[in-house]
Amino acid sequence: MNKVLGNKKAIAVYVLPGLILYTCFLIAPVVWSFYYTLYDGSPGIKWNFCGPDNYLRLFSDKNFMKSLLVNCKYILVVMAGQIILGLAMALMFHFWLKRFKSFVRTIVFFPVVLPIVAVAQLFTKIYEIQPHYGLLNSILAGVGLENLVQPWLGQAKTAFGSLCAMDIWTSIGFYAIIFYGALLDVSSDIVEAARIDGARAFQLLRYILLPLIRPIMVVCLVFSFTGTVKMFESALTLTNGGPSGATKSLSLYMYTIAFTYSKVGYASVIALVVFALCVIGSFFIRKLDKDITR
Amino acid sequence: MDRNQQLKIKKKTTGAVKTLIILAIVMIDIYPLFWMITASLKTASEFVTKPAYALNEGFYFQNYIDAWNEGNMSVFFRNSLINTCVSLVFIVLFSVTISFALVKMDWKWKKVVDQYVAFGIMVPFTTAMIPLFQIFTKIHLINTRACLILIYVATSISFSVFLTSGYMKSIPDEILDAAVIDGCGTHGLLLRIVIPLIKNAIITNLVIQFFFKWNDLMAAMTFVSSKSLKTVQTGLLYFTDEFGTKNWGAIFASVSICVIPMLIMYLFLNKKVIEGMTAGATKG
Repeated sequence: MNKVLGNKKAIAVYVLPGLILYTCFLIAPVVWSFYYTLYDGSPGIKWNFCGPDNYLRLFSDKNFMKSLLVNCKYILVVMAGQIILGLAMALMFHFWLKRFKSFVRTIVFFPVVLPIVAVAQLFTKIYEIQPHYGLLNSILAGVGLENLVQPWLGQAKTAFGSLCAMDIWTSIGFYAIIFYGALLDVSSDIVEAARIDGARAFQLLRYILLPLIRPIMVVCLVFSFTGTVKMFESALTLTNGGPSGATKSLSLYMYTIAFTYSKVGYASVIALVVFALCVIGSFFIRKLDKDITR
Repeated sequence: MDRNQQLKIKKKTTGAVKTLIILAIVMIDIYPLFWMITASLKTASEFVTKPAYALNEGFYFQNYIDAWNEGNMSVFFRNSLINTCVSLVFIVLFSVTISFALVKMDWKWKKVVDQYVAFGIMVPFTTAMIPLFQIFTKIHLINTRACLILIYVATSISFSVFLTSGYMKSIPDEILDAAVIDGCGTHGLLLRIVIPLIKNAIITNLVIQFFFKWNDLMAAMTFVSSKSLKTVQTGLLYFTDEFGTKNWGAIFASVSICVIPMLIMYLFLNKKVIEGMTAGATKG
């Protein structure tokens, strides 16, 4: 028995190759980036030790502050969309839908698996105004709302909202399906009993359903938060951070600093900020959950 | 009209409103994709003379031919397929062997390694990207398929081990014990007993990792720059730059080429996809 399941040679063969790859190409680089943060310039060319300068620079860098603000705004809007609308959708499917349940489930989840580049290209055309109206503008013009026709991606005040709308469109199915699964696990006896006791829809949600799906809610909040902190691909492909930085996230800013300006050290600091935000944020969400339950 | 009838009518109208709302949600999910496919079949003049929401007049497949040949989509497709398939082989291999060793075998550092592997789920790829770029430049792997495959495998290990271990735990130890008493060796145990039992987990993992790798943009755009090595995603970015905003038909066709295979795969495998992708939330 022990000989078979404790076979050291076999364990080494099973674990080591994968573990080495994982260490060399994921964990080691992350650790390595701490070392980079202490240097100025790019490796090989003008690579000077500069101590904590890169960290201090964050506070006086206006562009960094701006992208931090954009990123935070994005986290708030998209998280709210994913969680609130996702839950609302799940509730509708659970209580209103009698037939075609698996059909609706399948359709709602589909945008989640689409490549973001394709989605962004599609939405670029939806928001288009030049050389001809895209889907949105042509519908607006068609129903007589010509004064709302505008370059959605071309102006700072609408580009951000357009980006959030696209991201909510692609990701909401994921949250709706998770919440829907959680609602299915709630015993229908409990819901029935509350209804007989005279609970209205809102009370049912507030006092019965939300407490019961709470663990899933926490997981969804963490997922949504870490996903939105990393904001990169959608902003890159839809607006490329523009117009005038209105959709420039931390990761996008980092990318430009690292690969356009070749300031590897400073870019590593920003990358670490993103990482830290993910860790601290999910820690606080879980802690908040514990505090409330207690 | 008596009260009963009134109630009945009220119930019917609320029912109709509910159905309409759900229908609207389904429409919002589907309509953009439907529009994309109709637009990919339009001729250039249709875009100018008719509003964007109009249906296509005929089926102008030339757009697809342009995208496939002139837009180099055939090359990008092959690259994506090679990168994805080679990575998948290793991802599945490593996730099965590692989770078998972590869940079912006995050794000293098991717990530590388990946590070490789980840690990777938290790490954003952006943090590893800058040092990786330097590493690959040093070992002359930048701008090759190999570096993408290495990254794909390394970044997938945490999640696929997590997914596979979940199923591995549900195999009763008695089955393994019985096989060992019958004289089964370690490798035989894995190949003949464990793998057939977690077939489902392997397929689920395979399917969702396919989507993740196929859809990758960040690694592909950072580590590969030559045109002949571009994947579908980076190719699509490049393609629209090349064709500008003028040739809408070809752009829509190229986006459709990118989306339709996903759609077909999804239609057959949607249960596995949904199960695998939500596993992180429902099994955590």
